[in-house]
Amino acid sequence: MIPTFPAIAWPALLPILMVSGLGLLLLGAGLYTDDEETLGWGALAGLIVAGIVTLVLVGGESVRTFNGTFALDGYALFFDWLFIAAGALIVLMSMGYLGETDIEVGEYYALLMFALVGMMVMAAATDLIVIFLGLEIMSISVYILVGSWRTQPRANEAALKYFLLGAFSTGFLLYGIALIWGATGSFRLDEIAARLPLADESTLLLAGIAMLIIAFGFKVAAVPFHMWTPDVYEGAPTTVTALMAVAVKSAAFAAFIRIFLWGLAPVHADWWVVLWVLAAATMTMGNLLALAQRSVKRMLAYSSVAHAGYVLVAVTSGSADGGAAALFYLLVYMFMTVGAFGVVAAIGRAGEPLENIEDYAGLATRSPLLGATMAIFMLSLMGMPPLAGFAGKFYVFSVAVQQDFIVLAVVGVLNSVVSAAYYIRLLVAMYMTPEPAEAPALGRRPYLIASIVIAAGFTVLIGVLPALGLQVARLSFLSMQ
Amino acid sequence: MGTFAFLVLAALLIGSALAVVLHPNPVKSAMALVATLFLLAIVFVLLGAHMIAVLQIIVYTGAIMVLFLFVIMLLNLGDEEVPTEWPRVVLRGLAGMAGALMALQLVRLVAGAPLGRMVDAPEGYGGALMVARSLFTDYVLPFELTGLLLLVAVIGPVVLAQRRGR
Repeated sequence: MIPTFPAIAWPALLPILMVSGLGLLLLGAGLYTDDEETLGWGALAGLIVAGIVTLVLVGGESVRTFNGTFALDGYALFFDWLFIAAGALIVLMSMGYLGETDIEVGEYYALLMFALVGMMVMAAATDLIVIFLGLEIMSISVYILVGSWRTQPRANEAALKYFLLGAFSTGFLLYGIALIWGATGSFRLDEIAARLPLADESTLLLAGIAMLIIAFGFKVAAVPFHMWTPDVYEGAPTTVTALMAVAVKSAAFAAFIRIFLWGLAPVHADWWVVLWVLAAATMTMGNLLALAQRSVKRMLAYSSVAHAGYVLVAVTSGSADGGAAALFYLLVYMFMTVGAFGVVAAIGRAGEPLENIEDYAGLATRSPLLGATMAIFMLSLMGMPPLAGFAGKFYVFSVAVQQDFIVLAVVGVLNSVVSAAYYIRLLVAMYMTPEPAEAPALGRRPYLIASIVIAAGFTVLIGVLPALGLQVARLSFLSMQ
Repeated sequence: MGTFAFLVLAALLIGSALAVVLHPNPVKSAMALVATLFLLAIVFVLLGAHMIAVLQIIVYTGAIMVLFLFVIMLLNLGDEEVPTEWPRVVLRGLAGMAGALMALQLVRLVAGAPLGRMVDAPEGYGGALMVARSLFTDYVLPFELTGLLLLVAVIGPVVLAQRRGR
């Protein structure tokens, strides 16, 4: 018997092939040059090409390839584009930043690309094994990136902590996958969905779902699996923190939403209670702990925990509207959070970071541009109309109300009010506190400023035209089935 | 004969697995793990899965365990014994209770499951041909992705451990 090779739809692989090829090129080029700008421009050009190709692919019809384990559908392309955009913004941020650190430039950009490949695999995979491999490619690249600033003790600590806890959570994921295989006899999400009625109420299935929730809870930093978040976010180089806060979290949600709102959608009744409690706890704890922080980087870390809670609200409600709202929220969250961490990178200086709220005093007079963009990001994170954050929260909470999760929506709205306290505290420091006498001068960082301005532009644009973004998110989500 | 051999193996396996967890000395614990993995390889041989048995010995006993032992020796844990003060005892009790609960559930499951549903493995299952065939056809995408994963894993130590200044 001659084994038959599975038919391969190459276009489905195009995005990940391009970005992994780019990673290899950068790795090789890193041997010959250490110039962060040359390599950065190369990475940026490659990502822009990949982004354009991804946009061209959008029109095509959905296909599944490799025996139905890997998909080219609107859902995958939506996240591909989101990761490429986040990657490009982070490359732009890194171009001025790396020179002030002693990070190896070639390896840094290459690992960034490989992390993006892992995320794209997670978003496109329709098979638990492939999702697992994507998650591992992403996670291992990011563990290394966190520790890439080797002379910085707090980066070493962060990398070790992230690696140990991340490896632990991977164990949960594998165990969960094995148990779900035991209950349904398949790794493929469509087959799992079809066989679930037979396996309903089986202890194996429920245990498997619990393990998956733990594993993804770790990756998206949901309470009570968020313990690593503040330390790792604070210790990592700020550009890597931005990557973790937006791209890693979105990738984990991409796989999470595909598994739970498609593969496990038939047993929604079994898992929504767990996610309800998780969402409420994540929003509340994230916001309350953010209130107590003096370091802006830690405050943003807790704020990212809280925002994971808002996305979980949309996932909990479990309908197509919920999926669309979650996707839209992730898009909005990406721009405002990348921008906020960009400002943190612009204020901080290598070696002796200026991350406390006092260091932001009088920022608006020192640099009106940084002050104004940070104000946009803070107001958007808070959920102030007409910025993008408001539209995101509005859709999430209105879906929750539609699906009769009214208490959860109320918890969410109350949390937004609490969150205003710490976002506004930063605004007060920037605009109403006199600048300290010996404030260190802000360096000239044109690339960093460019990435911040682009992020701010999209935050305003999506806020003004939310219906368009929501429509894209809805079509992307619906293309998954 | 087969059943008798399996029962002896199973008893030895459980014994050495318990030794891994319970032995206070890390090096001896690791050596017990070597024994456990060897015994598991023999179970695979008994099942006719020769390829898996060989992989088990090469990958786990050969590569991973050597790495374990190196790490333990580098960290100089050889002579140290795991401390057994009060909170640790409580934690152990809790872990034991959680384990017992898990075991209870597993027993309930196995006892309740219709065992008749099990099917015999197809001819050649776990042999080199079967493994290679599924690796390069059905699982070719995971296989290639693993290649990328290993590349990243190779870059990691170089980035984290190399000395600066070429």
